[in-house]
Amino acid sequence: MRGTTEGINLVAYSWGLRNLKKGDEVLVSLLEHHSNIVPWEILSKINGFTVRYAKVNDDGTLDYEDFENKLSNKTKIASLSHVSNVSGVINDVKRIAKVAHDHGALMLVDGAQSVPHKPVDVKNLDMDFLAFSGHKMLGPTGIGVLYAKKQLLDKMEPFQGGGEMIKDVSFVGGKQQCDISFNDPPWKFEAGTPDICGAIGLMEAVKYLENIGMDQVLSHECLLTGYAIKRMKECGKVILHGPTDTALKCGIIPFSVQGLSSHDVALLFDNYGIMIRSGFHCAQPLHQALKLQSSARVSFYIYNTQKEIDRFVEILKEIEQL
Amino acid sequence: MASLEDYVARIEGTCGAEKDVIVVFKYEKRDEAIQQILKRAKLKNTIAGIIFEFVFKNVSFRVYKSGKAIFRSVRNKKELNGLLSALLLGQETPGKTQEPESGT
Repeated sequence: MRGTTEGINLVAYSWGLRNLKKGDEVLVSLLEHHSNIVPWEILSKINGFTVRYAKVNDDGTLDYEDFENKLSNKTKIASLSHVSNVSGVINDVKRIAKVAHDHGALMLVDGAQSVPHKPVDVKNLDMDFLAFSGHKMLGPTGIGVLYAKKQLLDKMEPFQGGGEMIKDVSFVGGKQQCDISFNDPPWKFEAGTPDICGAIGLMEAVKYLENIGMDQVLSHECLLTGYAIKRMKECGKVILHGPTDTALKCGIIPFSVQGLSSHDVALLFDNYGIMIRSGFHCAQPLHQALKLQSSARVSFYIYNTQKEIDRFVEILKEIEQL
Repeated sequence: MASLEDYVARIEGTCGAEKDVIVVFKYEKRDEAIQQILKRAKLKNTIAGIIFEFVFKNVSFRVYKSGKAIFRSVRNKKELNGLLSALLLGQETPGKTQEPESGT
């Protein structure tokens, strides 16, 4: 896969194109990244099924009750972020997977923000599909992973056609057509020359992180996030969005500075060599739900330190005085 | 003859509801670009020597010492090109720039 986006698109087109029809429902939530909304909306225009959206609470967390109420026998797949890319809140995907399966629906998890930051056990969480990206976990851009249960992959049709994904392509003169048999998974879904360099790079990143230990990665991020939240609360004009309980989230803090657009805040930090994200973070529906024009987002990983957070807060205090 | 491409590295459309446009000046030309703007636009305010707030043809924008500018309420590419041509080149006819890149 090129990344999480392509992984979700693979599920949408390889599985969804042939299994979703008029009357069926796909259930997502309003806190999703666009990559977990747009593929389903595009496909719904082709196949005529309905995309439903579970609500979020006032703090941007998932409204579990609404999600579970919207799951029904019409729901064929529930697709949910494991960790919000805006708020960093960890969703209880095991709980949702259980309810989805009780209704006969499959469960797809967008792991772009969870796999790089915490231990993720696909079997324990009973995920049918899990997609994640290399570039968010010290690997190269343009490479990612789609995990799927083998029995699902066996039944799914190919995503793209070409070399490597076939066992046999034989021209039958009588029919004036080619008979094609597909390769076994995962090769069935890997048409063409793969991103070999990217795969090697990603494998090295995985080994590096495994060597550190994902529990350690999460622990370090929790420490930094808690420290940053505590320090950011010293700033009178800074508004923190979403929950601030580090037990509920990974190392992402969305915020606004009163009187400044998020883009101004990002450009100001840029002057000091600090890169933060501004805008919708590819999650416009969540910003609409929270009635935010946009937000600034600071995030941490294994290479960040408390000293860097001190510097960040020092500049934030200067910015809020502008 | 100088062109906008001499000064502008790229133009990015922001992805918030604000729909601001960020112009990134070429690193080696950023100081010259700021000087050109200082000559032609009305400086409303300067903050900490790193932010310059300007008004030009009723459009307000901020230029950062890092070589980036944020334009608000610019309706389309033609208007932005016109502003940049006038600010950087002293020309009233629009120069050629690339389409803003979307970040959503």
